[in-house]
This record gives sequence, C-alpha cells and structure tokens, in this order.
Amino acid sequence: MNFDFSEDQKFLANEARKFLEAQCPMTAVRLVLNDDDISHNQDVWKQIVEMGWLGTAIPEEHGGLGLGMLEVCVLAEEMGRVLAPVPWASTVYFFTEALKLAGSDQQQADILPKIVSGDVIGCYAASEGPGNADASNVKTSFDGSTLSGTKIPVTDGDVATHAVVLAKEGSGASLVLVDLTGDGVTRKTVQTLDPTRSHAEITFDKAPATRLGKAGEGDALNTQLMDRAAVLLAFEQLGGASRALEMAKDYALERYAFGRPIGGNQAIKHKLAEMYVKNEVARSNCFYGAWAVSTNAAELPEAAAAARIAACEAFWFASKENIQTHGGMGFTWEVDCHLFYRRAKLLAVQAGAPKVWKEKLVRALEQKNAA
Amino acid sequence: MDFNDTPEEAKFREEARTFLKKHLDAKGDKPLRQRVDGTEFMRRAKEWQKTKAENGYAQITWPKEIGGRGGTPMQQVIWNQEEGKFDAPTGPFTIGLGMCIPTVIAFGSDEHKKRYVGKALKGEEIWCQLFSEPSAGSDVAGLKTRAVKDGDEWVINGQKVWTSGAHYSDYGILLTRTDPGVPKHKGLTMFIVDMKQAGVEVRPIHQASGGREFNEVYFTDVRIPDSDRLGEVGAGWKVAIVTLMNERLAVGGSPGPDWGEIMAYAQQAGTMSDQAFREKLADWYVAAQGYKLTKFRTQTALSRGQTPGPENSIGKIITANHLQDICNSAIEMQDHYGIMTDSDRMPADAIFQQSFMWAPGLRIAGGTDEILKNIIAERVLGLPQDVRVDKDIPFDQMKSG
Repeated sequence: MNFDFSEDQKFLANEARKFLEAQCPMTAVRLVLNDDDISHNQDVWKQIVEMGWLGTAIPEEHGGLGLGMLEVCVLAEEMGRVLAPVPWASTVYFFTEALKLAGSDQQQADILPKIVSGDVIGCYAASEGPGNADASNVKTSFDGSTLSGTKIPVTDGDVATHAVVLAKEGSGASLVLVDLTGDGVTRKTVQTLDPTRSHAEITFDKAPATRLGKAGEGDALNTQLMDRAAVLLAFEQLGGASRALEMAKDYALERYAFGRPIGGNQAIKHKLAEMYVKNEVARSNCFYGAWAVSTNAAELPEAAAAARIAACEAFWFASKENIQTHGGMGFTWEVDCHLFYRRAKLLAVQAGAPKVWKEKLVRALEQKNAA
Repeated sequence: MDFNDTPEEAKFREEARTFLKKHLDAKGDKPLRQRVDGTEFMRRAKEWQKTKAENGYAQITWPKEIGGRGGTPMQQVIWNQEEGKFDAPTGPFTIGLGMCIPTVIAFGSDEHKKRYVGKALKGEEIWCQLFSEPSAGSDVAGLKTRAVKDGDEWVINGQKVWTSGAHYSDYGILLTRTDPGVPKHKGLTMFIVDMKQAGVEVRPIHQASGGREFNEVYFTDVRIPDSDRLGEVGAGWKVAIVTLMNERLAVGGSPGPDWGEIMAYAQQAGTMSDQAFREKLADWYVAAQGYKLTKFRTQTALSRGQTPGPENSIGKIITANHLQDICNSAIEMQDHYGIMTDSDRMPADAIFQQSFMWAPGLRIAGGTDEILKNIIAERVLGLPQDVRVDKDIPFDQMKSG
C-alpha cells in the first residue's frame, strides 16, 4: 500500500508552505481585496513564475519542470491555504490542462513555453448565465476562425492574456483558443462574492480564434477537463478548509468567555471535531483523485466527483463554522474569516456546483453497475 | 502513489493466502450469520485459533518468545484482510488477545504470563473485559464495583454491564474500586478474575434490537487472591488505559449495508429517478470512500514503517451514522411496507430493517459519538478537556444518579 505522497512531494509541499507563508500573507490577499483596480497580487505572481511552478506539469520540451499531476496537487493545497490572490488555478488547472488535453503540437509549442515564462496568463470561459456551464447551455459561437458571444463571469478574465472558450460550432460544441489582447475582445470587470480573485465579462465580436481538438468535441473535452480541474480545485479547497480549522482552533484556545477558553465547551469542541472529520474525508478522497488524475485511471470520473463533493462540503462547513467560532469578531472586515468564506463559495461553483457533481457521480456509478 | 504491496508484503500475503486456503473455505456470496455462542461454532473457533497459533499467525506483531511471529503491524493488517476473505471463526478471541492479554503481559507476574498467555493464544481459554457498569459508561472511572481486602484475598461485590462474551469466557480483567475515599481515578485496582467460580453470575441483556448478544455480570462475594492483582493497588486507571490503547487496528469493513446495497435495491425497485435520493446516494458514496481510503492512508504509514496519524479516529463516527441514515432511507423508500421485518418477504432479506435496529447501538458501543468527538477535539486538535467538577472530590462524596 502506497497511498500517500512521496517524500519528495512532501518536501515540495513543505518548501511551498514556507515560501507562501512568508511571501503571501493575508496582507498580500487584502491588497487585492481592498482595491478594485488591482486584479491580482503581481509580486506574488512574479515570484511564482520565477520558481517555475507554472510549468510543474508541463513537459521539459516546452520549458516546464516535467513533474506530474501529483506535484500540482501538492502545490494546489498550499495555494489554497493562503487564498493566493493570483490567476494560478485558471492558468494551471484549466488553461494549461486544456492545452495538454486537446492542443495540437503547434498550439502546445506556441503557448506552453509562454505559460512557464509568465508571458501568457490563461483562463477558462464557459459560463454565460445562471445554471451549469456545460455545452448545452452555451450560445457563444465559433465559425471556424472567429468567435462571437459573451462569457460571464470569467474567473481571472480581466488579467488573462488568453482564454480557452467553450463555444457552439455547427450543431455541436468545441473548445476554442483565443488571444484576449487581440481584436474583437471587450472586457469588463464584474463584482463577485470573492474580490480577492478578479472576474470579467468578456464579449467576443468576431474575435480571431483557433480550435482546440476537433469540431464537435467540445462537450467531451469539457467533461474531461472538468474532471482534471475538479481534482486540483479539490486540493485547493482542502488547503483552505485545513487553514480554516486551524484558525478556529487557535481562536477557540485564546478566546476566553465565562472564565475559560471557549474551546473547552463541547458545542465548540464537537463542531471542530466535525470539521476535522469532513476535512479527513475530503483529504482521503482528494488523494484518490490525485492517484486517478496522475495515472489517467478509468476511475477518474467517480474519483474526481468524490474529491470535489467532499472538498466542497469540507471547505463550506469549515469556512462558515470558523466565522461562527469567532463570534462577533468573525463578522468584521478586519478578521480574515470572511475571506475563506468567500473563497469557499467561489471554488464550490467555479467548475460546477456540488449538485452537478453528485449527479455526475451517480451516473458514473449507474454506468458501472450496468457494465 | 499506488495501491500495491511492496515485494515483501506481496510475499507475506501469498504465504498467508496459501495457509488460509489449506485450512479454510472461502466466504460464500452471503455473509454467514455466525452464532458465536453455538457449540459447533466455538469448537471450530478454538480449533482454528490453535492452528493459527501453531503456525505463527495468531498474534503477528507479538515477539516470538511469547508465541507471536515477531512481524510488523502491516503484516497483521495483511493477515486480517486475507483472513477476512475466508469463512474464519475468529470472534471469541478478539477481546482477549487484543486487549486483556496485552494487559496481563504489561502488568502481570512471570507466573501470570506463563499460566495465561499461551493458553489464550492457542484458543484454550477465552477472556473478557469487565469495565463498564450501569452508572459508569463514558465515565468508566466512576465505576462502583467494590473490592475489599480480606487477608491475602479481595472480596468483590458489584455489577458489570455490556460485557461481550462473558457467558463463554474463562477469565476476565476486572476493574474495581478499592478506595472510595479518594478521587475517582485514584481509587481503582485491576484484577484477573476466574469467570467460572461461584458468585459470578452472567445474565444476557435483552437489547433494544431484540437480540441478546451482550451480558451483564454480577459479582457476589467473589474472592480473588491478591496475587491476581494487575498493577499496584490504586493504579487501576493506569492499567485500564493500557488495555484500551491495545484495541486492535480497525481494519474491518462497514458493519452493515452500504451505498452499494441501497443502490442495488433502488435500481431493482425502480426508484433511481428520485433526485433527492440520488444526491444522498452520492453523499453516502463519498463518505464510504472517505472511510475506506482513510484506512489505506493508515496502512500506507504502517507499510512505510511510520506511526499512523490520527486520521483513523474518524472511522466509527462516520460509519455508524452512515449506516443509520442508509437504513432509514431504505425503509422510507419501501414506505408502509418497510415496517415489516420478515426476512423471507422483505427486500435484501430485511437487512435494512435489522441494521436499522443495530445502528443506535453502534453509535454508542466502543465510545459514543460524543466521546469520540471529544477525543478528536482534545487529542488531535489540542482543545481543553471538559470541566471536571468531580476531579478533586473523594469518590464517596461525589454526586451520582
């Protein structure tokens, strides 16, 4: 049985944690929170680029580190702990993975090295309105060379240089690569529940674009991409949930009421124990997702769904009960609890809400039973 | 990351399998409802235990000098996994070898070890653990069974409860109160007790589930020689902690129907289209996977020769509640029909109905949900202990009810 990260991967996690705790404290997150004109923390981003993290799972021939998805999982958890206010998830989990999944040799050779160097920041644009952003809900259309329509909201859409867009093409759907700095692209920042990550409304008006993969593959590619992104997002959520539990525990130990620490009361102890149980259920399911995504296992659909469902639940519960544990202080702008509450919600809806994944999971189980 | 054995583990697993195949039948499709108190079952169980002991599989991590194999915890896990695939009659020895005998080894005299360890290992004698009392469950240190010194002997009077296997046990480890004049943890003393002697009366408990699998044990003027004391007088709590720490690694499966069973039933009943049910089914799958995969993490630590983290402590909180929830949903899915319990008539042989009545007990046995959450909060998260108003008060001045 070898169901854990390797010593090297744990070393990477440890180094990443030390770096992020020093370079990306909550004050770095608040810079982005408090100023509508700041889309992301450029200092933090620059250092992440310099360390080569963006190329973690990009092959060496394209300038990457040539490590695997397990290393990305490890970094994702650490980024989640500090609520990194940078377009990391959009670039790495969605944009890079889409290129690796469906990009031609030429597209990969053109773009992947620029991701590693920091010249390209990517995002993924699927949503156009309320409801799950799958291929059936998309109106934006691709005519073989240009893209037209509106995507909203696009996480990191105002800071990204490129987007992968889920678009209609003929009677089906396709994934399309578009340069957001080119012609026919209008971007407007939109306000969201999580201002520590910027979001945009992007309107395409015959914007020049190229297809990723074949025409009509968009639905299937989107599904595969979401399975991969879900695992990575789950690790990020797990990091956030772990940190929220630590915050609640620390506060429960230092806050005195009725003459003793509030953490001595069973109502608080049991609440925090429940957080711990949910976090460990999430961690174990995340590990399984990591195994499945790193080995391209046939079990990936159910593994990804389980990781996502467990991680959404863990971060939601930990972030809301962390505020509750902090009492009135937890409801102030100055205390960081609300930042975790905000991020938990963003990550829970960014790649399909838990309800969507529960349905995916049950369908996968039904298919297995039928087989 | 993978789920494979190391070459050494694979070799041991193969050895174990070969041995098991030679001696036992594979498990059938249906789990056998073993009656652990049936005479034939007991005969088979004792025989199997003897075979294991003679071949070094009885207690794999124990040193060879006392009849073990001198193996690793991971080998014990592998053995348990493989033995679990066979129709192995193991139940009666779990508590004795897992908890009682390790306590005898830690605190008993050389005579005790010579007298008891080998016979227990070979299945010739069965042990039970006598801690819980009617007024001392979660707060076991509040127990009242008295031991009063009389010359070289102690005289025992009192009542124990929820004692698994008391009716077929030969010996027990018995936690008693020897000094009611000091605070509760300080007045306890542990003994070895002969369960077959006069004055020990075992009565089955009629459980809420309808069954009678557990016992209460009455002690009336039972005499125990002082030489059968384990640990110092007044140090019983310390001894009890050692007993409780020796609980075997939880590597067993869920104790009843899981997501697979209720999904199979829903498919057969044509109720899979119910959206609320589909969402619950997903949650059950995630919880069951969470429990199973957490055990894999524990095994990974053992396989790497490391001490497992505290993550295994989530197990029973998840599984007991999970079981109760699944059974409740299955019964409601059957609507009015679901109230019936006739296993010949009911879907899935009425396993949902049976487990529905077991589930409340599972949430209490071996640590209630509340105690387990306290343990996580205190030992894993480092939160303060509950307020102990009885901490410094002599036992005989404590309020009780």
